[in-house]
Amino acid sequence: MAEKRITIRATRFDPDRDKAPRLQSYDIPFSDESMVVLDALNHIKSHVDGSLSYRWSCRMGICGSCGMMVNGTPKLTCNAFLRDYWPRSITVEPLNNFPIVRDLVIDMEGFMQKLKSVKPWIIRKQDYPLGAGEHRQTMDQIDEFRQFSECINCMLCYAACPVYGLNNEFLGPAATALARRYNLDSRDQGLTERLPMLANSEGVWECSFVGECSVVCPKGVDPAKAIQQTKLDTTMRFVLPFGTREE
Amino acid sequence: MDSESYDVLVVGGGLAGIRAAIAVVDANPLLKVGMVSKVYPMRSHTVSAEGGAAAVLRPEDSYENHAFDTIKGSDYLADQDVVEAFVREAPIEVIQMEHWGCPWSRDPDGKISARPFGGMTTWRTCFAADKTGFHMLHSVFQTSLQFKQIHRHDEAFATKLLMEDSRCVGVVAIDMRSGRFQAITAKSVILATGGLGRVYAFTTNGNICTGDGMALAYRAGVGLKDMEMVQFHPTGLPFTGILITEAVRGEGGYLLNKDGERFLKRYVPNKMELGPRDIISRAMTTEFEEGRGFEGPHGKYMHLDVRHLGEEVIDRKLPFMRELGREFVGIDIVKDPIPVRPVQHYMMGGVDADISGATPVLGLYAAGECSNVGLNGGNRLGSNSLSECLVFGAAAGRAAAEYASAAKAVGANPVDALLADETRRIEASFLDKKGGEERIGTIREELQHDMDAGAGVFRTREGLEKLTRQLGSLRDRFEKIKIEDSSRTFNTELTAALELDFMIEVSETIAYSALAREESRGAHSRRDFPERDDSKWLKHTVAFRADGAAPRLDYRDIHITNFKPQARTY
Repeated sequence: MAEKRITIRATRFDPDRDKAPRLQSYDIPFSDESMVVLDALNHIKSHVDGSLSYRWSCRMGICGSCGMMVNGTPKLTCNAFLRDYWPRSITVEPLNNFPIVRDLVIDMEGFMQKLKSVKPWIIRKQDYPLGAGEHRQTMDQIDEFRQFSECINCMLCYAACPVYGLNNEFLGPAATALARRYNLDSRDQGLTERLPMLANSEGVWECSFVGECSVVCPKGVDPAKAIQQTKLDTTMRFVLPFGTREE
Repeated sequence: MDSESYDVLVVGGGLAGIRAAIAVVDANPLLKVGMVSKVYPMRSHTVSAEGGAAAVLRPEDSYENHAFDTIKGSDYLADQDVVEAFVREAPIEVIQMEHWGCPWSRDPDGKISARPFGGMTTWRTCFAADKTGFHMLHSVFQTSLQFKQIHRHDEAFATKLLMEDSRCVGVVAIDMRSGRFQAITAKSVILATGGLGRVYAFTTNGNICTGDGMALAYRAGVGLKDMEMVQFHPTGLPFTGILITEAVRGEGGYLLNKDGERFLKRYVPNKMELGPRDIISRAMTTEFEEGRGFEGPHGKYMHLDVRHLGEEVIDRKLPFMRELGREFVGIDIVKDPIPVRPVQHYMMGGVDADISGATPVLGLYAAGECSNVGLNGGNRLGSNSLSECLVFGAAAGRAAAEYASAAKAVGANPVDALLADETRRIEASFLDKKGGEERIGTIREELQHDMDAGAGVFRTREGLEKLTRQLGSLRDRFEKIKIEDSSRTFNTELTAALELDFMIEVSETIAYSALAREESRGAHSRRDFPERDDSKWLKHTVAFRADGAAPRLDYRDIHITNFKPQARTY
């Protein structure tokens, strides 16, 4: 029986040489039913073309490095199985809506700034000294924010977000979900410090509630919900009388 | 010359590195901290740790018990003073992580919960479901964003330690995005670059775990300690090597051979599935050899069965395992047993460092998996490594801060000349190299295959001697590699070549250290020397770089305080 093969078309772009990205086609062996798109890229890099550039590490869906467009859909390539595409060819492109650094590598500095801007750390008004031991927190209280803490920063939600595609200043799904993660944490007292960033002109009100972010999230996070809940938070700040604004 | 200067430079952005950076700021807020990492910090391999972090937090537990479990687990190769300091600091660090937002799973009274773990005599493994490393890393990274003193160089690849006389004063790094070579100088440097699992073909480790920090220190003259001690975790998924956490057994899962038998009754009858990793991995390998494993398309395997725990416990305690089973194997662990086999997981050996993380080189510190402070000896207990990253990351941060606070500034001389030399070396050997016939991928795959075969769960003199010859030949062939990518922008073929160079180097220290240790202790199991021999081998191996492939091996007595070595039975 002839060896099973599959065609991978991958974006090539070197800013030092190329005016625009182009697709390069590779025909590679599909030797194991367990192979994923990332295995195919690794085969190309190891055995066909060492110059193909992309990010990856854990290959178990937790480090968040290997997100790419796979036949037009944002995916973690470490769990996009070739068998789900074969015998069709697979087109692998850098995540939509981001500048391309090189080949399949996107520029995510914008997200790193957005993440920092929402102050994703525990903010306390009253200091809670280490010597006092742990904060008491029930599993029900953890369940309040748990799903938002599962974000792996893979950027698939930004690649799927049409609003971010039009305006990359938009705070966007993951950063809002992470702000929400802290706002809902019973140990945190920082909601009022985060609201200005969330409510500003590039904040949650930009979202037109398309909801694609939640559809593509590989970790079951619902950033669309975080955004809608945060809209409510920002409204309450204006509606409620002054004395009740502090939690 | 392109250079930036800090008081303290941290190389590596995982749990140990970030903990160290925050400790520097805590110790002296006036210090400027640099952090160089070849990936964005949240991609660091800490993210893949699952089961938990050990700390004595329950009234029925004691420091002495945690210390004894760790020392016995190490097969008495741990430095006992280091272990005793570690167990006292670990609870404080776990509480500190709680204050930094880590979503530890809780008991009904709201306190941090704990679960049983292999080799631990009581419940002391604190956990955040079964994504403990992920949650710890994201919590500590996000916490670190508030400190203006910490300046990150993300996606910068360190190629060499900068030495001024006999003092470490920084690194040369390639900014991957621009391709620029930079001298990043500091009064003190902390290596926290993680493990080297990628020198094996079958490993739980991510692509980035290539022993960089170990090789950097080794080339600067620092010894690598106990490199023969490589941990094989009993439960990896066949083909991918994805880790199935020990917490699966901690929560009550069974390991079954093809006859449906809980075979561990023949090996660790008093501990069964909660035996230590080295012994269980050997037991599984022995069962395979005696024909009692399942045969699959990706080799022999056992069943790890949690079906009796029920869906509710699985979803509460092991949700990520259910997700991994569904996504990567196509099974539902509520209904199906999980196929598993032993897999390279962790490096006990590493950069020779003391209880405060200080290496013998002035100004150079190390913490986390890349280091060997003497905590883990011959076999690390599961859930001690996340705690190790916290305790010794913080210790190294404090020590490096103290040194930097008093040290004199780093001058341009000889840094400029060293940067120019290193730039020339990499351009001549890689970027501007013409010709060459060997593919990086081919040499790397052969290295990984040879390491699996020669330095795996069981070793022999013949196998290790063959391995040293194979590594020598790979080293020669590496000189003839072909580099197809001449771009300066995000050149991952260049970084793969630099990593492969490091990988060959650290593999040599593993092979030669293992060949010399003619006994079986912890994870180092010699078929030709099956017994532990305390009369000759109650000591650390320290490998120093020498001319030629073979390192110079030196030995150092272990520190014994309160725990007299005894037979290790479970």
